[in-house]
Amino acid sequence: MKIIIYLSDYIIPFVFFYIVGFGLLMKVNIYDDFVDGAKDGFKVVLNILPTLVGLMVAIGILRASGALDMLSKIIEPIISYFHFPSELVPLITIKMFSSSAATSLLLDIFKEYGPDSYLGRLASIIMSCTETIFYTMSVYFMTAKIKKTRYTLVGALVATFAGVVASTIIVSIVF
Amino acid sequence: MLNYLWGFMIIIGIVFGILNGKISEVSAASINSSKEAVTLCITMLGIMSMWTGIMRIAKTSGIIDRLIKLSRPVIKILFPDIPRDHIVNEYITTNMIANILGLGWAATPMGLKAMEELRKLNSNKDIASVDMCTFLIINISSLQLIPVNIIAYRSQYGSVNPTEILTAAIIATCFSTIIGMIFSLVARKIVLSKSK
Repeated sequence: MKIIIYLSDYIIPFVFFYIVGFGLLMKVNIYDDFVDGAKDGFKVVLNILPTLVGLMVAIGILRASGALDMLSKIIEPIISYFHFPSELVPLITIKMFSSSAATSLLLDIFKEYGPDSYLGRLASIIMSCTETIFYTMSVYFMTAKIKKTRYTLVGALVATFAGVVASTIIVSIVF
Repeated sequence: MLNYLWGFMIIIGIVFGILNGKISEVSAASINSSKEAVTLCITMLGIMSMWTGIMRIAKTSGIIDRLIKLSRPVIKILFPDIPRDHIVNEYITTNMIANILGLGWAATPMGLKAMEELRKLNSNKDIASVDMCTFLIINISSLQLIPVNIIAYRSQYGSVNPTEILTAAIIATCFSTIIGMIFSLVARKIVLSKSK
């Protein structure tokens, strides 16, 4: 299963090669465009910095107080039935409500266990394949002025659950 | 919602810290975490700008437009009742492609426009149409193929190979999206057959 890790090394270079090569072929001003587009990245990061400061402080306090350890000890006996690490349950739960709060928890996991540990890798992949269910639903349905959301929540939960299961299986096979 | 989430995290953390005798750790953590958020954002500045820069080339050279065209058949399968030349098709595809490419900030405005158009097509204004449900379920199933921000976090926290999770992440993302699509199509069939 080394091939999957090996393939990963090619993805970013391939994207760059394809886009830059295509840009050259189409004779667009690739360098100017790149510089122009890079400015968007600054805007995106500047926008998330304040929320990240707020939430990382909150998670930092929660971790230092011992409350997070206690929480995963409480849920451990329930969750161990499912062969799933209890340390990641808060991450998945919070991710349904707030992306930045989940990011802060992810970074907390990186700090505690390291990004290359089993938990670090699993958390990275789960965060990659899930979305903020309740936040997205409230923003989108508010725009459409919808009161009854029918089966959207169930569907979103099913897709999220599928992502978590897939991540757990893939990490145990690949790494 | 975040008012309570954020507020309770801080209140619980401080009360717990006092009871656990860890108040000096709590104090240090609050200072260090705020500094950490800034150092993290400096790493992210680099990686995010690189990504948005490359994606700008994809936009101006026409790659994104091609992807939008290529995804038309998929949209047709997922939303069979929307008229072929309706503007909402364009909003939905642009939103999905932007999400797939990791341009979430550009995807949301398009997604909201799509919802407004879907509202106009909806016969009952209070209840979500099946198309709205499909659109949201697929959006929430997470479409982003290359998780640029996760790579940035991994590199900031000392990963030896921050991109090693990429293939696994792509597989997991595709899996959750396919499950979301199947669910939407099945649910749609059931709902529409009941209303007949």
